[in-house]
Amino acid sequence: MEESISSILDRYNHDVYRLMDILIDVQSDQGFIGDQAIARIAEDLGISKADVEQTRSFYHFFSKKPTGKYSIYLNTSVNACMMGRDAVARTFEVEAGIPFNSVTRDGLIGLFDTSCIGMSDQEPAAIINGKIFPNLTPFRVKELIRDIRAGKSMEELVVEGYGDGQNSNPDIRAVVSNNIRKIGPVLDPDYKPGEVIRKKLPAMTPQQVIDEMKRSNIRGRGGAGFPTGMKWEICRKTESDEKYIICNADEGEPGTFKDRVILTERPKLLLEGMVVAAYAIGARQGILYIRHEYKYLKIYLEKLIEGAHKRNLMGKNIAGIEGFDFDVRIQFGAGSYVCGEESALIESAEGKRGEPRDKPPFPVEKGYLDKPTVVNNVETFCSAVKVLLNGADWYRSFGTTDSTGTKVLSISGDCRYPGVYEVEWGFSVNDICGMAGADDVIAVQVGGPSGSLVGPSDFDRILCYADLSTGGSLIIFNHTRDLLQDVVLNFTSFFIEESCGSCSTCRIMPVILRNKLLKILNARGAKSDISEMLEWAAILKASRCGLGQTAANPIITSIQNFRHLYDQKVRGEVRYDSGFDLTQATQEAIAATGRYTAVD
Amino acid sequence: MADLNNFTIDGLKCLAREGTSIIDAARQNDQFIPTLCNLEGVPPKGACRVCTVRVNGKLMTACTAKISQGMEIENQTEELNEMRKSIVEMLFVEGNHFCPSCEKSGECELQALAYRFEMTVPRYPYFYPKRNIDASHPRIVKDHNRCILCKRCVRAIKDEKGRSIFAFLDRGFETRIYLDPDLAGQLTEERARKAVEVCPVGAIMPRGEGFKTPIGRRKYDRHPIGSDM
Amino acid sequence: MEKPVIATASLAGCFGCHMSLLDIDERILDLIELVDFNKSPINDIKEFARECDIGLIEGGCCLDENVHVLKDFRNHCRILVSVGECAIMGGLPAMRNGISVRECLEEAYLNGPSVRNYNENKILPNDEELPVLLNRVYPCHEVVKIDYFLPGCPPDADLLWRALTALLNNRKMDLPYEVFKFD
Repeated sequence: MEESISSILDRYNHDVYRLMDILIDVQSDQGFIGDQAIARIAEDLGISKADVEQTRSFYHFFSKKPTGKYSIYLNTSVNACMMGRDAVARTFEVEAGIPFNSVTRDGLIGLFDTSCIGMSDQEPAAIINGKIFPNLTPFRVKELIRDIRAGKSMEELVVEGYGDGQNSNPDIRAVVSNNIRKIGPVLDPDYKPGEVIRKKLPAMTPQQVIDEMKRSNIRGRGGAGFPTGMKWEICRKTESDEKYIICNADEGEPGTFKDRVILTERPKLLLEGMVVAAYAIGARQGILYIRHEYKYLKIYLEKLIEGAHKRNLMGKNIAGIEGFDFDVRIQFGAGSYVCGEESALIESAEGKRGEPRDKPPFPVEKGYLDKPTVVNNVETFCSAVKVLLNGADWYRSFGTTDSTGTKVLSISGDCRYPGVYEVEWGFSVNDICGMAGADDVIAVQVGGPSGSLVGPSDFDRILCYADLSTGGSLIIFNHTRDLLQDVVLNFTSFFIEESCGSCSTCRIMPVILRNKLLKILNARGAKSDISEMLEWAAILKASRCGLGQTAANPIITSIQNFRHLYDQKVRGEVRYDSGFDLTQATQEAIAATGRYTAVD
Repeated sequence: MADLNNFTIDGLKCLAREGTSIIDAARQNDQFIPTLCNLEGVPPKGACRVCTVRVNGKLMTACTAKISQGMEIENQTEELNEMRKSIVEMLFVEGNHFCPSCEKSGECELQALAYRFEMTVPRYPYFYPKRNIDASHPRIVKDHNRCILCKRCVRAIKDEKGRSIFAFLDRGFETRIYLDPDLAGQLTEERARKAVEVCPVGAIMPRGEGFKTPIGRRKYDRHPIGSDM
Repeated sequence: MEKPVIATASLAGCFGCHMSLLDIDERILDLIELVDFNKSPINDIKEFARECDIGLIEGGCCLDENVHVLKDFRNHCRILVSVGECAIMGGLPAMRNGISVRECLEEAYLNGPSVRNYNENKILPNDEELPVLLNRVYPCHEVVKIDYFLPGCPPDADLLWRALTALLNNRKMDLPYEVFKFD
């Protein structure tokens, strides 16, 4: 053990800012990060055990105890539950003989819950030792556990055959389907890697690149919609010896999986976009921050970066441009939704807890290692390449005046064709449902849990920054779904699980709201409970980051758009109900003392 | 002076050096902005959100936001004070705050803010979390029941090599303070005293000492917190 | 004119709040002039003989019996006031809230140093006449609707006096800083 930790520490130059990588490697090498490892790392990096422990304990995929020779992480997302997670989970428990969040006594199998893993179009899905197992059924689970018990290797566990496109690439070999349903400029397979770097960049000044971006009116694709050209320009103008480009590939919003597909099928486009951005702002180093759930793409992407170096699309004097040096390293996350927030992502890339920073200063002024940093979404970088290739005017011919270009959507839920659709901005919710083959729709979650739950009266609303803004997650629900129980409760629990805990508001309020929602679902709600939820939720607006600020959105938007569902659950005539249950409250004492008569 | 900025707090004309945090700038202008996590001389964190003000209409924490020329700051408004009160109430239900049996009572900033906001009862249900008291260290007792996770100890106390002695463990509602198993046991007298001092509540207490000041003479017995401004 | 009627009770409390009520010194004479007492340990009336205007509750709910008394008060009192920390947040008795009922009972009747050698048959009291412990101590407002809260351990006599006279005269309660305390 000592030896392998030493080589891991060597691999990252004993650099405290690479603590994430060190912990990731120790976790994958040893199956856990125990006290001994923590002590060794702390000593080597010259930090305290507490310093190591605070990062370690923040991330879902870091464990202090062994997680089993086969660690199974089963997704808990709304989509997984809709597609039969319950039966799958029960089968795992029965077959393995243990409840979730524990390990079999022989240390062979560990069962764990995990938040959305980016497979919403092929749920229920689990990650077993980093490999994705989508479309699980109780039958398949029995097979898996039987094969694990029989000592089969990870490769041998796969009976599905590998997925379409690059999923079958020898460097990926994933049982994942792309489900590309509609292509546009970003997903266009007719793409010549490096064309923009070689043919366009040498003829343009960085400012011209920025001007073209500004003229295209392209805005950030992560969901917030900040004008990309302006972001690059501010960063370019901020004086500093060092600047960074970061690609945010930490898509964690339940229902989102489009970056998975882009990383699989158009990674060269993405990397080219990072090079373009680096040229524009004057960065020499880039970081591609990818969520841990997509670690199965690691070798594939690393080789592509290597290849780009060989072809002079990265490295020194790129495309012959004197002094234009740029390199990209991949940083994996370790299971944390909030790291999709750009400043939390930066903290994480620096080896720390993924706690968002207070803004200002924004990353463009003070980002990675306190240097000016541009953080953009995967899709934004991809689009940027197409803007330069075909010009801003061409780009603006797509979409609406306010929202130009296209958006890659992740559509899932109750529809015949879940998958990835690249559409022009300006589509209505109705169009989306029609496209995906959903004809029994009572609600659509637009923009994931942090977005809105909208009903039929809003289905003619338009997807664009000015109306229904979205990072691309759309989940469709039909009449068999209990929106409060299946959707709102699940999303609220998701926010509780993923809060970083640093702001009082986001740490506590969602838990209070969930308890209130449970009270209503348990038929103990009064009308006042509904209005109190709305009143109380307002405090979340004082949270530091987007996660905290939107953590009550599932509750708020469902009350706004589906008020009748709440009204049905509360007892109209009751003005006040504390929720106190005497029978329940006395159960423990009656059991302990062996008394038989129940109290009235 | 060139680097002095004009700004207003609740319409009142104020002056402070550019780049001063709003909370410091307010203090310099004799305006009280309540806080539980901010501490002079320690990098701000914006953890408690109690100092939330409106800056040109936008909600921001006064400890992390900096003054700039022409800023219009809302501070003592009904909306903001109601927000602050509800945060204090959340902190009361999140932990186990038994004021009558707490050595810090009368000198506790959380309690003092509750007095200031006339909190008779938190509007939220109590969680009564199961938490421990860690009395394994020679100089301090860490009572997790009373901890409000303001991170003051995390930020203010480091050892001579800059290493953390206090740190956050886990995340979300499970977050708690972790004491470094080696360094916490070796706390110097000076650092231990400082740790006790910086804690706004009774979560870090000195060993072998308590209820030193008689009731009536404690810090917040007679005058509300912030009434010195 | 009929005088307003007050009822009081101590649930899981120490009677300290009642003591504080008696601590209003000579104003107790004014109080007697102002109000009648119904069900209360002060006059030892055990059952509600009539509807009351104000109910003062000391202590939280630790037993099923506390819950019954509290609900009885809610049914008979127009205004219900939680008086003191125990009624408001469980107080000292609620320090058991992190410990399971079984552990509490075992410590009290089987394992504690004062009982260890005496309870030979290892019996946890289970007579049907005994009230039943709740799984935790509940603040009163988490069981029934409470209209006002007067904090303190105990609440200062002045605070009680001011609150009562305000309620009786239909005035807004003022809570002077010096007497508004949680300890």
